[in-house]
Amino acid sequence: MKRPSMIRREFLTLPRQAVGGLLLYTLAGEPFRISAQQDGSVRVPLRFFTEAEARVVFAACERVFPSDANGPGATEAAVVIYIDRQLAGPYGRDKYRYTKGPFVESRPEHGYQGKETPREIYRQGIRELGDGFATLPVEAQIQKLTAIEKSRFFQMLRTHTIEGMFADPMHGGNAGLIGWQLIGYPGPVMTYRAEIDKHYGAPYRPKPASLEQIAGRKPVAWEDEKA
Amino acid sequence: MENLKPVDVAIVGGGWTGLMMAKEITTRTGLTVAVLERGIPRKTSDYALDMDELDYAVRLRMMQNIAEETITHRHSMRDSAVPVRQYGSFLPGSGVGGAGEHWNGASWRFLPSMFTMRTHLTEKHGAARLPENLAVQDWGVTYEDLEPHYWRAEQMMGVSGKAGNVNGKIIDGGNPFEGARKNEYPLPPLKKSHLSVLFEEGARKLGYHPHPAPAANLSETYKNPDGITRPGCAYCGYCERFGCMIGAKSQPSNTLLPVLQRRKNFELRTGCWVRRIVHKDGKATGVQYIDAQGRETFQPASVVVLATFTLNNVRLLYLSKIGTPYDAAGGKGTLGKNLTHQVEGNTRVFFDKPLNAFMGTGGLAMRVSDFDGDHGLNGSEGLLRMGMIGVLSNGSRPIGTFDAMPRGSAKTNWGSDWKGAALKWRDRNAMIALSGEHLSYRQNFMDLDPAYTDKFGDPLLRFTLDWTDHEHRQSEYAKEIAQKIAPEMGAVLAEPLGGRAPYNVINYQSTHIQGGTVMGLSPESSVVNRYQQHWDMKNMWVLGASCIPQNASHNPTLTILATTTWAADALIERYLKHPGGLA
Repeated sequence: MKRPSMIRREFLTLPRQAVGGLLLYTLAGEPFRISAQQDGSVRVPLRFFTEAEARVVFAACERVFPSDANGPGATEAAVVIYIDRQLAGPYGRDKYRYTKGPFVESRPEHGYQGKETPREIYRQGIRELGDGFATLPVEAQIQKLTAIEKSRFFQMLRTHTIEGMFADPMHGGNAGLIGWQLIGYPGPVMTYRAEIDKHYGAPYRPKPASLEQIAGRKPVAWEDEKA
Repeated sequence: MENLKPVDVAIVGGGWTGLMMAKEITTRTGLTVAVLERGIPRKTSDYALDMDELDYAVRLRMMQNIAEETITHRHSMRDSAVPVRQYGSFLPGSGVGGAGEHWNGASWRFLPSMFTMRTHLTEKHGAARLPENLAVQDWGVTYEDLEPHYWRAEQMMGVSGKAGNVNGKIIDGGNPFEGARKNEYPLPPLKKSHLSVLFEEGARKLGYHPHPAPAANLSETYKNPDGITRPGCAYCGYCERFGCMIGAKSQPSNTLLPVLQRRKNFELRTGCWVRRIVHKDGKATGVQYIDAQGRETFQPASVVVLATFTLNNVRLLYLSKIGTPYDAAGGKGTLGKNLTHQVEGNTRVFFDKPLNAFMGTGGLAMRVSDFDGDHGLNGSEGLLRMGMIGVLSNGSRPIGTFDAMPRGSAKTNWGSDWKGAALKWRDRNAMIALSGEHLSYRQNFMDLDPAYTDKFGDPLLRFTLDWTDHEHRQSEYAKEIAQKIAPEMGAVLAEPLGGRAPYNVINYQSTHIQGGTVMGLSPESSVVNRYQQHWDMKNMWVLGASCIPQNASHNPTLTILATTTWAADALIERYLKHPGGLA
């Protein structure tokens, strides 16, 4: 008999501000219990990162897409959970990239030609930022990220942060549809037939809804599908 | 190797052209047809839950798995090629319906001059003034030959549009520069987005002739001549890279497949990866494939139809050693020649009011054709051909469009300033884009790569492709025109994008990769004849965009459907009665 207690499981404790709609939208169906802490924070089970790694990514995403006067950011959207799931899934293992050799450097127009998978790029990038990154003052964090902003790791982190802000919450980010609320995106609404030729020049901003809410049944994210 | 019972016709590829040919043959004859599709089965209900930008538009769920097979690219014969490791400047589809499932729906006819390009340019400029490396040629089939076939395709799909030229009579509101049509479109144009209206009004102020793009996204409920009824478009904005969940966007799975499934002489086998056309003594004897269970299989057939995407049509002929490989240095041979893509020239325009651009549909575009082909060129532009200019309202989704902002809005592309600028310009920007012709040149071609292989160990297809001065000039001219239109449509700012950069395989451009098995008038100049019958192997047909000798400004789907029924007529009415070369 399998004993789940034998599996070493890493958790990330998310602060109170990130909890918003997290339990409602993001973590439904998660086999491991989310435990609410006394201070209002939650402990989220991780699929790929260690807790220390997740803390670094959590802090770095917040610098890429900060929570500021213009509205919520990567922390509230739980972008780190999105990235954790992507890296744990087929994308993280480069299942959908051509990975046969020989590997040779080429011109920029040929894109990334390296051998390293997204998982390996993250592990290496996080190591270089260092465990202490999460507790550095904001200015020092910005300085560190500026120094690596041309790296493959940073470019991925930036791209994934945008994805985690605005992908459907079934993927673990955009918690509570906070990303869509921020930009006024209504979600995958089934029809605008009565609206497309109206509202010229004026904002039309229906209340956002997720694919599950709109379709009335649960979609399965690619990273959650059985291989 | 498992030897199957022979069929009359084996068709490789279950996309638009393969299923269209299958429909013609199984409807008009009693012949048995087997379609071999390497991807998965598809039907409309599969798309009920696909409105997810991440999995479909970012991770590209509907595309061929590039880990299994890709292409390599080099800019010139002096370079060595490297693989395209991730998509990509184009997106080949996989599964039943192929790229016809995830397309936008743009359904243009090509200009009449496209089909006689060598003759047309020679008459206009004189042979001596054409570049020495220009490889354009006449197709052997003309616009007039294809007109009834265009009409068949438009009726089958239910194209929504506004005719601009019916039997030579120019009609206001349509495209006055198009070839003469015999009929108005089957359906009226789609509704207009705000962006469409802004562009239409702006272009008209300059004296241009804006017109709605013809679209295979149904403007109303439509019953086609095959008796298939489908609903009008919902403008949900999930066309490109998605399948339509209500079947309003014409796809092989919702137009051709329902008809074929009623035919007893039709069989569709999915998960079947064709690796070779088998042939003996100059005659195709069948196809060899790995089936869904991984078994080596031989399917004997009297006629073989190659109907895959451009890349695999060319590669399968190379791997099967059929035809004469093109030798770019010597200019001899035909297989792989005339590789073309499409020419772009983008200008980002910004507005002070929101566009609600998340509403839209794949084919919802407003265009001007005043510069299409060589209309409106007076010689001072340094151009032989140009293209269409316009705007597209195919539904902007949040990840793909998040941080469009004027240059210099933020010092870095991350952090607070960047976020603030992105939010400020969110839903207040659009693109005025060129969809430009791509002339074919002797130096742009396809062959097999000497180093990289697919999952079976077969060599990958190699592109040798780069832009020339002509394409850069097309791009620049489009941006000059966009600068004039932008203020007339109320834009507060217009920024031309890109410069004279080499061809790149990273940024999506279009999936209009063409050439390699081009059609033409002689075996010295083309792989297939004017009926798309292979010159060297008379019982083999090659269908689709690989047969197009130079790239139009117009999306190719409607044209490859028209050439397919044109080819089907020849195959059914002439070849089957008297097997042999058609002239």
